[in-house]
Amino acid sequence: MGLHVDEHSNYNVLSSIATSDGHGENSSYFDGWKAYDNDPFHPIDNPQGVIQMGLAENQLCLDLMQQWIKQNPQASICTGEGVSEFKDVANFQDYHGLPDFRKAIARFMGKARGGGATFDPERIVMSGGATGAQETIAFCLANPGEAFLIPTPYYPGFDRDFRWRTGVQLLPIQCHSFDNFKITEPALVTAYQRAQTANIRVKGILVTNPSNPLGTTLDRETLRTLVSFANEKRIHLVCDEIFSGTVFDKPTYVSVSEIVEEEPYYDRDLIHIVYSLSKDLGVPGFRVGVIYSYNDAVVSCARKMSSFGLVSTQTQHLLASMLGDDDFTTKFLAESRRRLSRRHKYFTAGLHRVDIKCLESNAGLFCWMNLTHLLNEATVEAELKLWRVIIKEVKLNISPGSSFHCSEPGWFRVCFANMDDNTMETALKRIRKFVSPGNHTAAAQAKKKNKRWDAALRLSLPRRFEELSIMTPRLMSPHSPLVQAAN
Amino acid sequence: MAKKGVPLSEMATSDTHGEDSPYFVGWKVYDENPYDAASNPSGVIQMGLAENQVSFDLLEDYLEQHPQEFGWGCGVSSFRENALFQDYHGLKTFTRAVALFMEQIRGGRTQFDPQHIVLTAGATAANELLTFILADPGDGLLIPTPYYPGFDRDLRWRTGVNIIPVHCNSSNGFQITLRALEDACAGAESMKVRVKGLLLTNPSNPLGTTITRPVLEEILDFVAHKDIHLISDEIYSGSVFSSDEFVSMTEIVESRGHQERERVHIVYSLSKDLGLPGYRVGTIYSYNNEVVTTARRMSSFTLVSSQTQKMLASLLSDKEFTENYLRTNRERLKKRYEFVVEGLSNAGIRCLQGNAGLFCWMNLGELLEEPTVEGELSLWNLMLHEAKLNISPGSSCHCLEAGWFRVCFANMSQQTLEVALMRMKDFTEKMKAKQMISSL
Repeated sequence: MGLHVDEHSNYNVLSSIATSDGHGENSSYFDGWKAYDNDPFHPIDNPQGVIQMGLAENQLCLDLMQQWIKQNPQASICTGEGVSEFKDVANFQDYHGLPDFRKAIARFMGKARGGGATFDPERIVMSGGATGAQETIAFCLANPGEAFLIPTPYYPGFDRDFRWRTGVQLLPIQCHSFDNFKITEPALVTAYQRAQTANIRVKGILVTNPSNPLGTTLDRETLRTLVSFANEKRIHLVCDEIFSGTVFDKPTYVSVSEIVEEEPYYDRDLIHIVYSLSKDLGVPGFRVGVIYSYNDAVVSCARKMSSFGLVSTQTQHLLASMLGDDDFTTKFLAESRRRLSRRHKYFTAGLHRVDIKCLESNAGLFCWMNLTHLLNEATVEAELKLWRVIIKEVKLNISPGSSFHCSEPGWFRVCFANMDDNTMETALKRIRKFVSPGNHTAAAQAKKKNKRWDAALRLSLPRRFEELSIMTPRLMSPHSPLVQAAN
Repeated sequence: MAKKGVPLSEMATSDTHGEDSPYFVGWKVYDENPYDAASNPSGVIQMGLAENQVSFDLLEDYLEQHPQEFGWGCGVSSFRENALFQDYHGLKTFTRAVALFMEQIRGGRTQFDPQHIVLTAGATAANELLTFILADPGDGLLIPTPYYPGFDRDLRWRTGVNIIPVHCNSSNGFQITLRALEDACAGAESMKVRVKGLLLTNPSNPLGTTITRPVLEEILDFVAHKDIHLISDEIYSGSVFSSDEFVSMTEIVESRGHQERERVHIVYSLSKDLGLPGYRVGTIYSYNNEVVTTARRMSSFTLVSSQTQKMLASLLSDKEFTENYLRTNRERLKKRYEFVVEGLSNAGIRCLQGNAGLFCWMNLGELLEEPTVEGELSLWNLMLHEAKLNISPGSSCHCLEAGWFRVCFANMSQQTLEVALMRMKDFTEKMKAKQMISSL
């Protein structure tokens, strides 16, 4: 089933978009997932397998949702209690979405942010997950060749979502560990000026708050700096707030929507929020993305574009009911935060015991782990070498900071909310073993410069995605949001 | 304090979204004053929306009789796995079921490999996605007229690709001819637009006809000769009144060599045949591995809800159910169609001889004040505001001959259809009387 390559033929020449690698799947971020997919950990069937810690999923509270669904059969159109709605729901394709759904989402968004701001259902626009929302917002705000500034480190998926089909560029605002990767005004200004010098038109800033991969929330001052800068330069500010419901500790979360409501002299037309239920609720399969813009023209345009990625009305119907249950959402959010906090504490304490520090964080489904002390040199190559050892020897899929465009090598994102307690314990055991003093395996040797040894430990996995797909059969675990498209 | 306008993209400020077309304007008028037999009997009847509501009861019955199998029923533990599932290959049980269903529609005459199926949120997304993959901004896609007005947005808006119309006319029942194809290509060439593909809708929207085998063969020869891609949008394939009258492009392709296959891509959806537009289930089926791979990656922007995949996997895997559904659906559509054609005929209105779809292609040429787009739109406006019937003017479908209209008949009850036909009769009688008076 190989590709039929005929150089004289035009038909198998696809578009530039299709033949570019803007799909981003060649990143090391995805290579780790593949390693997991080929050898997935299972406590009984495959206890030596790779533990997936590179996937920011929230699996801690699905039981609460399951319970609600069992108690509310009328919310599913395929139960005896709910089937009377089947026809109307199946037939409804209005891109405004089911009114109850929009109302429920608006209400939930407010609650997830701790009640600091309210959201207008009329401004809720659907999209195919946050993935679809990011792309749509880019299409609405920028022309091909124009750019958005984005603080590093950032979620690798943005390289695809924001840039691939839109032709829009992402230019980094460099953040550093010495001030906990804070977004500073000088860094903003530098990034903006660099674009000016290169004759690239900056149309906006894209921030994620809470941050992926840092797990930190932006303070009010930083948010004000961003909004103020956007106003001054007459550029847009897109805030990806998909982890807003996962804030489990102080400082209290501040959404950009609060700044908008507090500061009337800032131009609302510049502010846009991307949201989703994939993280807060833990339902990535349902593809519920939201664009919330304070700009009427953007709402209008995004809504038209939402035709390309509407949410299934079956799902809208279920969630309208679930998220419309105030009692449930209050309990859910509180319990979710409690469980995340507990998991976070347990994991970071476990790491701390073996002298591994994480960036202090109060949100998200992951830690930003500092392994700089394990690198033999402060380079990306050294980081990736260490990473390959961790995947192959320690059998943990974690994500290297370089795939997040981090300016400093040695940082790794480690997800902790996508597994049960026992698996978490197993992961910690493996890490402890890896870094314990006198351990002759990977950790100690990773620091050696012995090239022969390095060659022996080199991952047998090829670094390039395409090679891998030919070499190995596709064994997709149900939890892997697949990355491997080739047949 | 006057604010300086905030810059959006050019895409956002253009009107390529196409919503100013009369096609959509009519919908808005309907939305503001929708007909309801009891509460609003003088409201606008929607005949501009190609939806299939004639067979819902079959689906409802099935769900009622098989509650355990759907969604998560009592097996709520599977909810977790389903809610987390975002693999862009799709649920295996679902893609297999879709492949099977597509085979059944074609009477088992072709096989579909589930691994070549890419899921998208509706055919809207599938068509746009294929366009992104096959053509660069500024390139052209050939499309026979008249065509579905939504294509103006779906294929052009965000992709920057041009539509090159292949003009068909009533002299041969609007069939696609080699001449028309060649003319369109020549036109593109003279405008220095690179043609990258041809997009067919078979059965046709708005014509309600299937493309015959000889024409399909000719078209495949043409695209092979021009070395371009072929997209066959077959979303109405399960709505052909007699199953043996539909020939899918896949049947033509299977008899050709490997090289020809690689240029053919099929679009399908459950919105029309199953009447489930709300669930956003579209698919791309391509024989070309590279296209499948790229389409799959792009589908990240437009995946089908895993909840919906799971529910429909059960339903579509039940062969007995789907056989019965397809058969019954065809019969009911055929009955509706014949009823409408007869009703229109009583009103002195001719239709193109159709054999598929959820609509008729009706000719009101005689009622036009002038045989122009203006004349057509003026008549359309009258029909909308006086007869309170929203039908779609042929010009919005890029038909070059004035006076043709698409009339949908499957999106309402039998009673409503009777009311609509009566209004149509009254309207035409009034118009003809007016004409007679003014010609005196």
